[in-house]
Amino acid sequence: MRESIKDKVAIIGTGCTKFAERWDADVEDLIKEAVDEALEDAGVEIKDIQAGWVGTGRGSQQVPMGPPGAHIASAALQTQYIPFTRVDNLCCGGQEAVRGAALGIASRCYDLVLAIGVEKLKDTGYGGLGEAYPGKWEPIYGALGTPPGRYALAATAYFSKYGFSQEEGKRMLAEISVKSHYYGKRNPKAHLKREITVEEAVNAPMICWPLGLYDCCGVTDGASAAVLVPSSEAKAYRDDYVNIKAFSIATGPGFLKEDERYDFTYWRETQEGAKAAYEEAGIKDPRKELSLVELHDCFSIAELIATESMFLCEPGKYREEFTEKRAYYHDGEMPVNVSGGLKSFGHPIGASGAREIEECVRQLQGRVKEPSRQIANFELGLAHNQGGHPGRFVSGIAILGRP
Amino acid sequence: MAGIISYGAYIPLYRLSREILVQVWGGKGKGEKAVASADEDSLTLGVEAARDCLKGFDKSKVDALYFATTTAPYKEKQSASIMAAACDLREEIRTVDITDSMRSATIALTMAMDAVKSGSARTALVVAADTRLAPPDTEYESLFGDGAAAFLIGNDDVVVEIESSSFITLPFVDYWRLENDKIIRWWEERFCREEGYVPYMTKAIEDAIDKANVTVADIAKAVIYSPDKRMQGDIVKRFKFDPKAQVQDLMFDNIGHTGCALVPMALVAALENAKAGDKILAATWGDGADAFVFKVTDKISKMADRRGIKGYLKSKVALPTYGKYMHFRDLMEWEHDLFMERRMALAEIWRYRNFYFRFYGVKCTECGHIMLPHPNFCIYCQADEKFFEQVPMADAKGKLVTYSMDVRSRAIDPPNVLAVVTFDGGGRFFSQMTDRDPDNIKVGMEMEVTFRRIHDALGIHNYFWKCRPVRGD
Repeated sequence: MRESIKDKVAIIGTGCTKFAERWDADVEDLIKEAVDEALEDAGVEIKDIQAGWVGTGRGSQQVPMGPPGAHIASAALQTQYIPFTRVDNLCCGGQEAVRGAALGIASRCYDLVLAIGVEKLKDTGYGGLGEAYPGKWEPIYGALGTPPGRYALAATAYFSKYGFSQEEGKRMLAEISVKSHYYGKRNPKAHLKREITVEEAVNAPMICWPLGLYDCCGVTDGASAAVLVPSSEAKAYRDDYVNIKAFSIATGPGFLKEDERYDFTYWRETQEGAKAAYEEAGIKDPRKELSLVELHDCFSIAELIATESMFLCEPGKYREEFTEKRAYYHDGEMPVNVSGGLKSFGHPIGASGAREIEECVRQLQGRVKEPSRQIANFELGLAHNQGGHPGRFVSGIAILGRP
Repeated sequence: MAGIISYGAYIPLYRLSREILVQVWGGKGKGEKAVASADEDSLTLGVEAARDCLKGFDKSKVDALYFATTTAPYKEKQSASIMAAACDLREEIRTVDITDSMRSATIALTMAMDAVKSGSARTALVVAADTRLAPPDTEYESLFGDGAAAFLIGNDDVVVEIESSSFITLPFVDYWRLENDKIIRWWEERFCREEGYVPYMTKAIEDAIDKANVTVADIAKAVIYSPDKRMQGDIVKRFKFDPKAQVQDLMFDNIGHTGCALVPMALVAALENAKAGDKILAATWGDGADAFVFKVTDKISKMADRRGIKGYLKSKVALPTYGKYMHFRDLMEWEHDLFMERRMALAEIWRYRNFYFRFYGVKCTECGHIMLPHPNFCIYCQADEKFFEQVPMADAKGKLVTYSMDVRSRAIDPPNVLAVVTFDGGGRFFSQMTDRDPDNIKVGMEMEVTFRRIHDALGIHNYFWKCRPVRGD
């Protein structure tokens, strides 16, 4: 019979590089930097690690040859012939690394493992993420379907469905970005550390109508890492370890944007993933029970819709319930992305999931480096990623809490 | 009796005002010229005209396609075969590109007539399209425009009968392009006119009029090719055609000189104003001359629903700058692109050629939903694809569900508009939107699809369908 992963696996150490355009570091340097911190935090040495999972979409290569093997991690860390596996699930790569490690622990095949998420995007010579390698439907159907192009479809649809004028809609999204930059400023490792105003966001250069510059996350290099052990053995490492309460991966069947019923104002995969994760964690009222949601905000509209799709808000009521009430600030009713989010902290694709988990862990432990964004009475944190594009997503959700 | 049983035309949406050319280069100029969009070429222009022409006709009876152009996208690799697929013609037909001459279209028309008369084709489609380029800062740059026309040749319900034809072939050189030339070259105009155009157009027209047993006064409209704005005048004078009543406007002021499609387009324009019994003369110059006398039948009344010249002239968008024109027609060396080289997968396109070229969707016979592209299982009821049937979608119209405008796209003409369209009869198309005015896109607006050159990759032109706001009917 199937068993839940709840309270079986503990995180005893986390690490994260400075997220930035890291001209000073290649992909292996980033891995070493994040893992060094995680090992030190856990109080273990690399030679103690029994197995590792590294989540990355591209490693350091934005070329059609595709991503590298797990050697980027074993070579970076000079592990000696232990199993290392590269995992990839688009923007859920970091989540998958932690999940792979957690399943390794839950199976009791290992009792000290490493999860890494990493991406080196900025050595290519161009902005953006490159193009998909020719495959099913690529690159004719969906040609020039860039990430902002595809997410902006949802912004237009949301404005249209709920009757927001272009200006109202843009202001609502701008408020989200102002919040992201507010926390980016207060996070030493964040990529974008400048606070912005609503006016700046609304009047910023257009990237993909209706999304402007401040509605879009940047292209960032970075890595994040976690050390995992069985919960039953975690006390031997530290008292304030954190337990995994739930893990869900919901892979959509695709073809939603081709489905006449889909209106682009909700993320179906995130809805399904959230339901599964809440059930596993035993959460009945997520808005009341969750202390923090770190969600996938590659674009401002992505944060809005993910918030609604995780049932933190009635569909179409985001402005009323979040923007106007400032509910998503760290001292608000439902804090969201108080790390700065993908938007301001940065989004090195495969690193983001592990990075969000790190934020939840450090919040739980009361060890947020900048105390002004520490959430009081922290109980449960949720980390969410979405890979793909509206209509063809995979959603990854981890819920973390005390033992 | 064999003759023209349908016709159609196409004019690209964009127009370049000659005032812009005057601002850039000085000199004089009036009116505007039609400019193919960045995602159009002679092949796609031809597809549009052919689709206009085929409206209401049984495509399964087309046994041959003749595509006339001097600007084929490939030097080796036929355009007509791609056009046949985009027009959803059968595979069991013969196709040919007839190239390199301003008379390609009239020769193609004659070949199609011969095929139908001989019985080797039940109906034959003739398409002419051109997108010629001239050197910047010349009279020809200002003159040349882009466009297409098409004729369906058959035996039943003939709209236009061919009363007579005459042909002259000469090794005469006046305008030409070498193997790698993008822009035309030409010889001294006076020599071309006095030794070539005037004497031999005269001879061909005289011959056609004689054979048809008509007089100049019997001609309702004369469609007389002209290499430039002036030469036609010599022929008009010589035959004493009434310039206002009898001479068909070649539409240089609002479309421009469309190469080998010039006479076909002007002929369609003449037919749009013709009545049963009218005699129409058409004469073309290039590597010699030819002339035809046509007779319009009472079936002309059935042609009213074509967009044709009238419809496509009405719907237009002005190009704002010469720079935009240079981008559209790729007239410069552009910024070095650091972005990863675009790849492509011919095998995938071949596997799904019904989707890519013919724009077929699939219909689930279990639940009735239409899907494109083709999934392995019904996305609505999960029935296996063995329950699917192919459905042509190229003529479907629909509504815009949502859209976005990517200002920083690699598209030649940003913003790249991504669009989601649900067709009125079912089916959802995620696509690029072309021929759009970025200031006037609205959720819910009426959309249709059009065959375009999506992009070039690895030296291959990739064609596929895009959506566009419905152009004025």
